[in-house]
Amino acid sequence: MDKDFRSSATWETLRQRSELLQKLRAFFLQSGYVEVETPLLLSESIIDCYLDPLVTQLRSPHVRSLQGKSLYLQTSPELGMKRLLASGAESIFQIGKAFRDDEFGDLHNPEFTLCEWYCLGDKMADQVNFLGELCQTMLNSAEPEVLTYAEAFQRSLGLNPLDCELADLLNAAANGNTPSSFAEEEMDRDDVLNWLLSEKVELSLGQDRPTILTNYPASQAALAELDPELPGTACRFELYVKGIELANGYQELLDSQALRERSQLQQKKRIENGKAKLSPPESLFAAMDAGLPTCSGVALGYDRLAMLALGKTTIAEVIPFPADRI
Amino acid sequence: MPTYSTSDLQKGMKLEIDGEPYLIVERNFRKPGKGQALYTLKLKNLIKQTVLERTYRSSDSLEGADVSESEVQYLYAQGDDYVFMDSTSFEQYELSKDQLDGADRFLKDGMLCSVTFWNGNPISIAPPNHVVLKVEYCEPSARGNTATNLSKPVTLETGAEISAPAFIEIGDLLKIDTRTGEYIERVKE
Repeated sequence: MDKDFRSSATWETLRQRSELLQKLRAFFLQSGYVEVETPLLLSESIIDCYLDPLVTQLRSPHVRSLQGKSLYLQTSPELGMKRLLASGAESIFQIGKAFRDDEFGDLHNPEFTLCEWYCLGDKMADQVNFLGELCQTMLNSAEPEVLTYAEAFQRSLGLNPLDCELADLLNAAANGNTPSSFAEEEMDRDDVLNWLLSEKVELSLGQDRPTILTNYPASQAALAELDPELPGTACRFELYVKGIELANGYQELLDSQALRERSQLQQKKRIENGKAKLSPPESLFAAMDAGLPTCSGVALGYDRLAMLALGKTTIAEVIPFPADRI
Repeated sequence: MPTYSTSDLQKGMKLEIDGEPYLIVERNFRKPGKGQALYTLKLKNLIKQTVLERTYRSSDSLEGADVSESEVQYLYAQGDDYVFMDSTSFEQYELSKDQLDGADRFLKDGMLCSVTFWNGNPISIAPPNHVVLKVEYCEPSARGNTATNLSKPVTLETGAEISAPAFIEIGDLLKIDTRTGEYIERVKE
């Protein structure tokens, strides 16, 4: 098939995207953050069952420790930025590329632009507010509504996702487009919750005004602290605009041992799913051993932000060369 | 038949779901930042022509459907059955009026059509996208009326009634889009 050499985004859109980028940068600089750049190419990866980094190698690395080793294009700048924080950095932000294998669609491109930031001293509530301000500034939106993950499920499905039976979740999933594999397999509770969130809950989020979902189930904490005030939940939050997931944030987990255990669990799940083992983020464990200061951080999909700000419906309309044109 | 993993799925592929053949009309990839990818497919049932929407998880596998197409020649109608012949193997196939799904309106002896088989049995037929048919009957056009925005019903040699411009006369040859049943243009021979 002939590949189109032209940009999939119009020049007018790319010019507006550039202006938006300056606005975003100014927002962080005015809020006292320092812009940093960390490597895209790393020899370790955050371990998540459903995040697949692109793997490559240096032919002659000149660095003995990299000889023969798989290297990863980062799935997010989290590793590098947290190492910086443990090395004495102040509040920081970064706007750069991240890569995720096997992700392509209207709202996905394997190479994409992430804006990620960390604020020293902030708790989840502080960053929920900050994210709300950013959203209002960048999208001229109303003030976001803040609700917990459980409240959103309660509102859309009338059940409590934290303590209901797995059978109730499967029941809720059963009307509609349920694939038959739901009945056949031993289902992972988080996979069913994820399916329900995507299929039944998400579309109603952020419609009249942006929605920030907080307190994800502890089993989906990823790299967030558990919330002592709401047992069974984590200090993890997400921003939704018009049903689209725009940002994911944590009050950051500080305990290196807890991260080691979560990483092992994800690695195990990867192997069960027939996925490649990843080199664990030893340098992040070491950084946390040495002491990561209390902080909260957020990753925001810049392509999606641009898409929403410019009234577009696909990523291809706001980037010049999506994966089917490279 | 091959088994597909969700990341193989493409528009235009054929799948067997609940014992029936489907065509993927639309494929929508969705994935939360943390969590499993989902593929929502819009599927057309190749027998009933109905549309279905299904969501699959990235770990699901799907069965391909044994669907093929070949070129056949329309021979004749026999009651409610329509008889076609494979242009290379000379094998004959009968399809019912239901299976033709309206295509019978534009069938003419000897016309080359595309027949779709599922597990070796014909399930549907598509005439060429464009066919040229003679006007068998229409009201005479008003003298000197060359306006093209006026239309009138005309009956074609196959019995189909379509809407055509007012200047069309009996015996004219018309190019028709069989997918929409719309007049395209008047042609010479």
